[in-house]
Amino acid sequence: MSHRITLIVNGNQREVELNDPRVTLLDLLRERLHLTGTKKGCDRGQCGACTVHLDGRRINSCLALALSCDGADVLTIEGVALGDALHPVQAAFIAHDGFQCGFCTPGQIMSAIGLIAEGQAGDDPERVREAMSGNLCRCGAYVGILEAVLDAHNRVTTANQRRSA
Amino acid sequence: MNNFDYVRPASVAEAIAAATAPGASYLAAGTNLIDLMKGGITRPGRLVDVTRLPGLDRIEHRGDGSVHIGALVRNAELAHDPDFARAYPAIAEALLSGASAQLRNAATVGGNLLQRTRCAYFYDTASACNKRQPGSGCDARHGENRSHAILGWSEACIATHPSDFCVPLIALDAVVEIEGRNGKREIALEDLHRLPGDTPERDSVLEPGDLIIALRLPPEAGGFAAHARYLKVRERTSYAFAVVSAAAALRIEQGRITQARLALGGVAAKPWRARAAEEILVGATPEPAIYQQAATAALTDAKPSGDNVFKIELARRIIARALTLAAAGTPARVPALPASPFSILPGVLQHA
Repeated sequence: MSHRITLIVNGNQREVELNDPRVTLLDLLRERLHLTGTKKGCDRGQCGACTVHLDGRRINSCLALALSCDGADVLTIEGVALGDALHPVQAAFIAHDGFQCGFCTPGQIMSAIGLIAEGQAGDDPERVREAMSGNLCRCGAYVGILEAVLDAHNRVTTANQRRSA
Repeated sequence: MNNFDYVRPASVAEAIAAATAPGASYLAAGTNLIDLMKGGITRPGRLVDVTRLPGLDRIEHRGDGSVHIGALVRNAELAHDPDFARAYPAIAEALLSGASAQLRNAATVGGNLLQRTRCAYFYDTASACNKRQPGSGCDARHGENRSHAILGWSEACIATHPSDFCVPLIALDAVVEIEGRNGKREIALEDLHRLPGDTPERDSVLEPGDLIIALRLPPEAGGFAAHARYLKVRERTSYAFAVVSAAAALRIEQGRITQARLALGGVAAKPWRARAAEEILVGATPEPAIYQQAATAALTDAKPSGDNVFKIELARRIIARALTLAAAGTPARVPALPASPFSILPGVLQHA
């Protein structure tokens, strides 16, 4: 039995025909929509490489059944930059050497954007570390990642304050 | 992963009818179920997606002082609800000490209650496991079992229930609202999960088709907000299941404990309420000697199921620490490392 679902992916409406119910959101993004920026690490919800935003919340796309996401708004790493201008979190990861091999980076960045939007960690390094604990980095670039998230947090919140002033 | 029929009912009645069929399973966020299916541990023939059922995603603070939490409320949403976190700080702390931010954004209240054990032998389909395959034996019993049960276990199964959320919930007398083939009913959360006995394949008392609709905390549960903590010992700083955890909630009036609630996690196949310890605490002055006495009482029936005798002493110590911290007062804000028994400042006692 095939199922047709509709998703808004990075602002664009996409219709997908699924002839197999077992497809995860991660596999749908990578294999059907060819958005390969989202990475498959452990595929079991442990490493965070597959982090995307589903209806505005960061989640592990490897554990989300695509059929169950019908109608949802999905944001992936391909959708965060504004044209040629990098998202402030992307820019901060470059400025602070927040990666080495880069495989976990899309997930780290999506997680960090979610963390900043959640507004729970603020600029407390201990809270940021805790709130990023769902994203593993085998290269051990954590020092740079933490600096990048703190820097980006300050830039984003300052920009938001200026906008609302 | 096995193939399955996918059904997305529009009403609770339709969901129950669809899920009563043999081999059917409810799907909410799927953070545990999809993982189990990928490993071939669970092989449901039909998934009944309950995520679109109306009216199950609300947190309602009612006039009588109780709170009603829909089964589809996300873990993060509940933990960060300001009114909820203020009234039930130990529950918020327990929620925030579990899993990762991504998983807490997805995982639901109902799913948390019904998550399966994280026993490695349950997850390894090459191992004997009575919970996964009744009658096959228990490879954990004489295997790598330092994290296994110390209370309520049987020769058939020594697995533990992994939930943090359930621990303060049972301490505060949470009630589960269920709808099934024969209509609505409610049971104490303490009675939802089963001890293994000879039938460890049955985690809970739910019957086929039974759907958890909501969780309710009675009015008295809000009376512990000033002195409530959840503490959890993990193998690493964050993003790990409990080796042992404890929820402690006290009411202290004029220097005496007038009410006490205590529960343990990571020690049994169900979240473990320590009533004998509560009785010792009531009427006493909050001080270390009485915490030790309560801790001893809580573990009276404990026995190691393998290489885990250390968990008995660890549980006593975590109880004493949780009571010490609860008596000192609920912190104004959930700590940076929720439920951690360790201070983030090296060499400084957290409760000093």
